[in-house]
Amino acid sequence: MSLNILEIIYLIASLTFVIGLKMLSHPESARKGNLIAAFGMLIAVIATITIYQPFDSAKAINYGLIALGLIVGTIIGTMMAKKVKMTAMPQMVSFFNGMGGACAALIAIIEFQNHETSVSGSFDGEFLVMLLGLIIGSVSFSGSMIAYGKLEGKIKDKVLPMNQLINMVMLFTIVALTVYQMLGYGDATVFYVLLVIALIYGILFVMPIGGADMPVVISLLNSFTGVAAAFGGFLYGNKAMLTGGILVGSAGTILTILMCTAMNRSLTNVLLGAFGGAKAGGAKGEVGDQTAKEISITDTAVLLSYSQNVVIVPGYGLAVAQAQHICHELEKLLEDKGVNVNYAIHPVAGRMPGHMNVLLAEADVPYERMQEMDEINPRMPNTDVVIVIGANDVVNPAAKKDPSSPIYGMPILEVDQAKNVIILKRGMSAGYAGIENELFFYPKTRMLFGDAKDSLQKLAAEVKEV
Amino acid sequence: MEDLLNFIGDNMEMIYFLILAILLGVEVISNVPAILHTPLMSGANAIHGVVVVGAIIVMLHASPDNYASLIVGFLAVVMGTLNVVGGFVVTDRMLEMFKKKPKKS
Repeated sequence: MSLNILEIIYLIASLTFVIGLKMLSHPESARKGNLIAAFGMLIAVIATITIYQPFDSAKAINYGLIALGLIVGTIIGTMMAKKVKMTAMPQMVSFFNGMGGACAALIAIIEFQNHETSVSGSFDGEFLVMLLGLIIGSVSFSGSMIAYGKLEGKIKDKVLPMNQLINMVMLFTIVALTVYQMLGYGDATVFYVLLVIALIYGILFVMPIGGADMPVVISLLNSFTGVAAAFGGFLYGNKAMLTGGILVGSAGTILTILMCTAMNRSLTNVLLGAFGGAKAGGAKGEVGDQTAKEISITDTAVLLSYSQNVVIVPGYGLAVAQAQHICHELEKLLEDKGVNVNYAIHPVAGRMPGHMNVLLAEADVPYERMQEMDEINPRMPNTDVVIVIGANDVVNPAAKKDPSSPIYGMPILEVDQAKNVIILKRGMSAGYAGIENELFFYPKTRMLFGDAKDSLQKLAAEVKEV
Repeated sequence: MEDLLNFIGDNMEMIYFLILAILLGVEVISNVPAILHTPLMSGANAIHGVVVVGAIIVMLHASPDNYASLIVGFLAVVMGTLNVVGGFVVTDRMLEMFKKKPKKS
């Protein structure tokens, strides 16, 4: 009787996951959707502890450790999530994702110890599910940790010689060892070797991928963890785990593809790393000897104050400089002078799609002012001044003109159509993709060098004076 | 071969479930505005934290004198909880910012 209640609660939990995910994809209902899914998770966890009946009744120590684990995890998780800065959001997601992957892998390790004996020459489906859970969970864990380290700036991009080949060999070894295990020849040693290889594979898989592509990788690893969780659900015949895991697995894959589409690149292209850092800059010579023209703070302030339409293009540089608040200040000052200010958000601006929106929303920038690429591009020719803050590749005209450029074909914000372009930048370095940007040398472009926050502060002060 | 077919036959219900859930996931996620990609990814991240339920089940099965299992299981519970709680809280923080502010004019 009580086991039926458990099944009903799992059903409700599964429903909350589906509904929650659906609501998360609409701006108005998103927050509620998140809470609904969290509620489903809560009842699933409570019901499992209180109703689930193991065949040999568990002792107090088991319950004690479970409770302790839940408490420790909740406290650490809440603290980390509350303390993290908005700019560090992507790596936080990656970290939590890695934890989920590790959890799935650890479950497989324990289950393996209980399982060992029953492997004989016959096909053992449960064993296969367990092995897959172990492999995918481990890859997801180590990969997420590397992604986390990279975004934190603790790990630099490194490409091993023949990295691609090594990865292929490792992948092959993983498959071969899995088959070997399945045929019943393997033992505990092979199992742990498989674990280690999967962990190393996760590292080598993410290592060569450049910072700009990290969101895609995190999204992919996210769906990996989902699949690993689903394998766990399969193992226990647990439908809440199965729905939750598989939903994220498929939704995460779609999301990954959406992100790739926004960059006009295929997933293979991202993973095999055309941007990986191995290639040398292409169109360098063409613009190499030109000089960019600078503009002073005062001139910028005057130009902005007497414009009608101003468009701000935020990029990762804005996030790094923590300049979103002062940027909003400037926008309000200009609004008071009757200037129409909008933000143009490129789908892949920042390090995650939507990253810029989150950041600007934190600074109270009204939702309606953040415009997507397709909305704002047709209005570019009517824009008097475009201010590009810490963005580079998303405004690079080479994506439209130069077929030899690695970003050729990526949709960009057509700021070169505007009457004036002002670029706030620290120096003349190239963007993530490592490509020169000829926009900087256009006659209508002016550079305003310096830290974005600093420049914007001075600019706001000047605008007040005008 | 026989075993493989048996395995599939025994788990037919689960396999149906799996396939339908995959299709559902694809359906639910299509047509998402780009601005919600990050919160959505983060929310999905929290949802796969349901793996913590598996960790709890493993712990309930572990025999009280098998310390290795208990320790590994404990770690699994902690990590799974981190995934769930951290994931939901971070998502909530992101979405909190999208709240409509009263317009001053």
